[in-house]
Amino acid sequence: MRYDVFFAGYGGQGVLLAGNLLSYAAIHEGKNVSFFPSYGVEKRGGAAMCTIVFADGDTGSPVVGNPSVSVLLDQLSFDKYAAKVKQGGICIINSSLVHTEGVALPGIETVQIPMNQIAIDIGNIRMVNMVACGAYMEKSGALKSESLEAALKKSLPERNHKLIPANIRAIEAGAQAARVKNS
Amino acid sequence: MKQVFSRPESLKNVSTHFCPGCQHGSVHRLVGEALDEFGIRSKTIGIASVGCSVFLYGYFDVDVVEAPHGRAPAVATGTKRARPDRIVFTYQGDGDLAAIGMSEIIHSANRGENITVIFVNNTTYGMTGGQMAPTTMPGQKTSTSPYGRDAANDGAPFKMAELLANLDGVAFSARVALNSPKNVLQAKKMIKTAFRYQVEKKGFSFIEALSACPTNWGMSPLDANQRVTDEMIPYFPLGVYRNTANL
Amino acid sequence: MTTTVSEKIFVKGNEAVAMAALEAGCSCYFGYPITPQSDIPEYLSRELPKRGGVFIQAESEIGAINMVLGASAAGARAMTSSSGPGISLKQEGISYMAGSELPGVIVDVMRQGPGLGGIDASQADYWQATKGGGHGGYRIIVLAPNSVQEMYDLTMRAFDLSDFYRIPAMVLADSVIGQMKESIVANPRLAAMLPAKDWAVRGRAEGTPQNVVKSLKLGDGEMEKHHWMMHARYQELADKECRWEEIDTADAKLIVTAFGSTSRIARTAVAMARAEGMKVGLMRPITLFPFPKQAYATLSERCKLFLDIELSTGQMVDDVRLAVARDAEVAFYGRPPGTGSLPTPEEIYEQIKKQCRA
Repeated sequence: MRYDVFFAGYGGQGVLLAGNLLSYAAIHEGKNVSFFPSYGVEKRGGAAMCTIVFADGDTGSPVVGNPSVSVLLDQLSFDKYAAKVKQGGICIINSSLVHTEGVALPGIETVQIPMNQIAIDIGNIRMVNMVACGAYMEKSGALKSESLEAALKKSLPERNHKLIPANIRAIEAGAQAARVKNS
Repeated sequence: MKQVFSRPESLKNVSTHFCPGCQHGSVHRLVGEALDEFGIRSKTIGIASVGCSVFLYGYFDVDVVEAPHGRAPAVATGTKRARPDRIVFTYQGDGDLAAIGMSEIIHSANRGENITVIFVNNTTYGMTGGQMAPTTMPGQKTSTSPYGRDAANDGAPFKMAELLANLDGVAFSARVALNSPKNVLQAKKMIKTAFRYQVEKKGFSFIEALSACPTNWGMSPLDANQRVTDEMIPYFPLGVYRNTANL
Repeated sequence: MTTTVSEKIFVKGNEAVAMAALEAGCSCYFGYPITPQSDIPEYLSRELPKRGGVFIQAESEIGAINMVLGASAAGARAMTSSSGPGISLKQEGISYMAGSELPGVIVDVMRQGPGLGGIDASQADYWQATKGGGHGGYRIIVLAPNSVQEMYDLTMRAFDLSDFYRIPAMVLADSVIGQMKESIVANPRLAAMLPAKDWAVRGRAEGTPQNVVKSLKLGDGEMEKHHWMMHARYQELADKECRWEEIDTADAKLIVTAFGSTSRIARTAVAMARAEGMKVGLMRPITLFPFPKQAYATLSERCKLFLDIELSTGQMVDDVRLAVARDAEVAFYGRPPGTGSLPTPEEIYEQIKKQCRA
């Protein structure tokens, strides 16, 4: 099985950390992983995006034209990338920052999660990326929650390990919000 | 009978390609004597540059790396860092060091590379046929400054010994000349100091040697030597411009 | 051999280059910052001093390559890395190294050009890398990784090939491979049978010959002899050191060919085509110099249609056309790079379909 997910937002939303987390989670499950980041010329503040491909066998192309799942954290990313999701794929949208009115995405399942609001509710706006990872985990079924938990240690710098329980709560909150959408 | 004068062991027993009256040969000899007297010939690596100094390996009986034009200080940096137990010197002319290689010399000096740079300033590009050099003097006619060097068009000549003396990485910077027996003896002393500083790991040492170029100046050897005395030394004063032992 | 998950490490392509350099015994690194390869000097500035190695951030790319020249002349394993604009500046030093028969590794993480261009991936420096780059008519060894594991493995290989043949070696990557993270096994260095560097300058002990490292050759016939010697070495490289990868070529009616990052994208496109029953294969040169001409010639005896894909308007395609049989056709699909405009597997799949219909 080969999975791919595209993450996009603006610099500072933790897009690349989210990509690293999912990568380590997939590695934890014994998968081969290709993590391909790209960002603007500016070190900070510009667009940030990454593609993660993981598979039991060959990961193949690190570049994906029509992702199976896209997680879009801001309006610019939504406007630019939502329509690229493959037919039958899933587009997970940060509805706190993205207005989707008037945009039709036929053949694509859209999942609107107020990620900023959820992060604020659990006490830390910087956890938006973790909420997004939780939503991805739930909707895609590609990775187990214990893999994400194990991956936190690998993807967070040592000094932030004290925040791991809070990150786990954010991942659970994101997953919970996606489950509600499912039901 | 006591032998009082002979060819330094560090120099090969060959005749050079240098023109009559050129003072490269004198500088070669003084460097060779310094290597002999410190007993460091067998651990010395020379870095040749581009210009009249390119045939270093033909005259010095030491291992030599030939550098691209102006890059000798960068090449010497690599060689010395890879073999810090060796004595590494560059031998460069004015076009090589002060024009195309200005960046390399400034940065090597500023890093305090523990190397010795022998810089021969004869106010012209010798090998390519007497074009204007970064040290060509105001009003001096060359094949590319036929009306004389004009500071308004070409800038003023670089005074390298003074310029490098401003850098903290430089342990020793001096200007010498070969125009008189007294100055030759003084030059020998300075060149020995420069190599001694490298042996003692004091940092970057720099010798600027004023030299005559009778062929490209269109002068007889004697007249060319007189020009060093009358024109060059007043403009490029001799002396020690930096000596960390005195700081 | 079985490897467990714990033996693998998840690193960027650029970091894998730096790790491999250390494992290969590279003791001297000289470089200058430029995107998208700065992870390499950053990593080595941390790690080399700990091991007694030399790290210098040079005043310029010109300074850096000449420091490599000087360290290599003294017998050290030395490396520099850069991208387009910086590689152009290094060409002077690379030509001198080639002329002086000096080994040394140059890593080029290609970005867009000409000029300042852009920082996203490109393959438009294929010609510069494989056709000599500087003046005087010489070649350097060029290896093109397409995964993070190969960034590691081929960097190590570059040091060995360069030392063995006394020719500078280039690892030619691009910003996709350089910035991408994958799990790799950091294999230990294997002992290679390499000749002693008895040509290196080391200070001339009594009774040993004078060693001179130089490219000026003014003796009667000396330069011509040198050129024919280099030529013979290139021929030896072509005979012994060509490397390539073939996927599904045995029954292929169309062979897609690409190197580096593009070959990864093409691999997925080929898999998509196979899933639809199309007889398509992939030929990926790993050594760009020496170019695996014979492998192309052999493939073209049974497959008469090739599709070359590059992140440029077409450079390697010239070499492919020269290598295949006369009756084989080589189509080309190129995407001269631009920000955010990497070709996708879906796009290449469409090109494959078009060729299969034609």
